Order: sequence, then C-alpha cells, then structure tokens
Amino acid sequence: MGKRASGGPSTTDIDMTPMIDMTFQLITFFMFVMNFSEAEQDDRIQLPLSQLAKPVEGAMETPITLQLTQDGSVIYAGELISVRDIGGYLEREKAVMLDDGKEPSSATLIVRADGRAKTGEVQDIIRICQEKGFERFVLRAQYDEGR
Amino acid sequence: MAKRESQLADKISIDMTPMIDVVFQLISFFMFSLKVVAPEGDFDIRMPLGVAAAAAPDDQQVPPLRVKLSAGPGGELAGISMNGTPVADFDELRGRIISLVGTDTGPNSLADRTEVELECDRDLKYVNVVRAITAVSGKIQDGQIVELIKKIKFTPPKRG
Repeated sequence: MGKRASGGPSTTDIDMTPMIDMTFQLITFFMFVMNFSEAEQDDRIQLPLSQLAKPVEGAMETPITLQLTQDGSVIYAGELISVRDIGGYLEREKAVMLDDGKEPSSATLIVRADGRAKTGEVQDIIRICQEKGFERFVLRAQYDEGR
Repeated sequence: MAKRESQLADKISIDMTPMIDVVFQLISFFMFSLKVVAPEGDFDIRMPLGVAAAAAPDDQQVPPLRVKLSAGPGGELAGISMNGTPVADFDELRGRIISLVGTDTGPNSLADRTEVELECDRDLKYVNVVRAITAVSGKIQDGQIVELIKKIKFTPPKRG
C-alpha cells in the first residue's frame, strides 16, 4: 500500500491529447478573430448607421483619424482636444509627411463623427483640414445589416 | 538491459507543464486582446481646395444637384429640398435622384458625372447627413448595392 502511494503520482498520466487539441483550437480561433487592423475606434463615438457604408478595403495611404464626439470635442490620437486646436496637430502631421517626402494632399482624413454631433462641426473640421492642405476625406459610418 | 528498455518505452512521459503554461498564456493573450468591432465603412467626400472658386468648367460637367437639409429645434431634420423643391423623405430623395440620373452608373454615365452638393444647417445632427449621403450614393436592390452618385461635397459653411 505504502509503495503504491509513493509510486502513484509519478505513474499517473492523464491523457493530455484532447485537452491540447482543444487548447490549440482555441488559440487558432482567437488568432484568426483578432483584429490586427489599426483602425482607431473609440467607445465614446456612436457612429451613424448606413447600409451602404463600404467596408474599408486595403490600407489607405497615411490615414489620419479625427473623431468628433457628441459634444463637439475631437479625439485625435487618443487625446481629447477642441475643434479649434486640431490645426496645430495637423500642422505637425503635415510636417512629418513633408519630411517623408509626401504631400499632405495624399493623406486621407478619416472623419469618425458621432451621429448626434452637429454637422457644422464636421464641416469645421473639414475646413481646417483643407486649410492645412489635406484634400481627401472619408466619412465613416457603421455598416447597418438590418432590414 | 532488455527489461530496462521495455520499461522505458512504457513509462516515457514528456513533461507537459511548460507547454501547457505557454499555451494558456497564448490563449489569454489572444482573449484579452480581442476587440469585438462592428463593421465600418466609408463614404468618400470630394473636397479639394478652392472648390467654389476655381472649378474649371468643361463640357462634361453637369451642374451639381443641391440637396439642402434644414434643421429644426434640437438639430432634428426639419426639411429636405433638392434644387429648391421640397422632398418628403430620404426615400423620395433617392427616387428623385434615380429619375434624374438613371441607374446606369458606368464610366462617364450621367450618374458618374453628376455631383451632389450638400448644404446643411449648422446645428443639424450629423446622422441626417449620413442618411442623405446614403440616399444619394446608392440603393440596395436584391441584396446588391447599386451605386448612384459618387461625387459628394459639402457647401462651404457660411461664416458668421
């Protein structure tokens, strides 16, 4: 009895195969589901829904995301700033682009505006961007599968 | 010797602990870094500099359709009009667009050349703009998207 007890733990082997199988399945699942795209998203923004919002295809050239919250502040690179201040940040963005030998007109400004925000503020953002030499804009909406 | 070999073959057991550790680390990493994202899409807006001033006129150019969205109290949509005539809702707006430009959206077709200019009240809720863009830029037919107008721009906001 004593011998069996001491020899017990070392010889007990659970069949690990199903567990490892399952675990690898899980890993693969999470790996494929994981979103590697660097799309900036923020919970504070409730995008308007649209059935025609074309899914983003491929990578854009120099995307710059500006998110407009409901109360009219802008989230830029994770920072909450006011619409008036985005000019300075865009100036910096432009300087970096010019350093890299790129024209600001080749950058794409992604406007993620909350559906409850004022249109005038979206237009203000676009106007400020235009003044800094940015020309390409996309308005982002959430794809609506409904109905 | 022979006995020892057979015993070894029976009892050979790889230590699974480090492997399982690593595997669980991986699982937890992927689990925590998983972000459930809603699918999103884009609408292109053509707003080059000096839009109003220096648009070189050419024969191919069609005058833009002016869609005006006016805001009521609280930024709710109060009225839609296209080229000055009132439109009841976004479905009617889409109908008007289709009757004007047709559904041929191939290269150099009327729909391809037509531009929509959105004029919105400052306080209007942005969701209405996206609805208007949705209405003019396409429709869903038998589960397929039929594109209508791709060139959309905003009227520059009035100062003051």
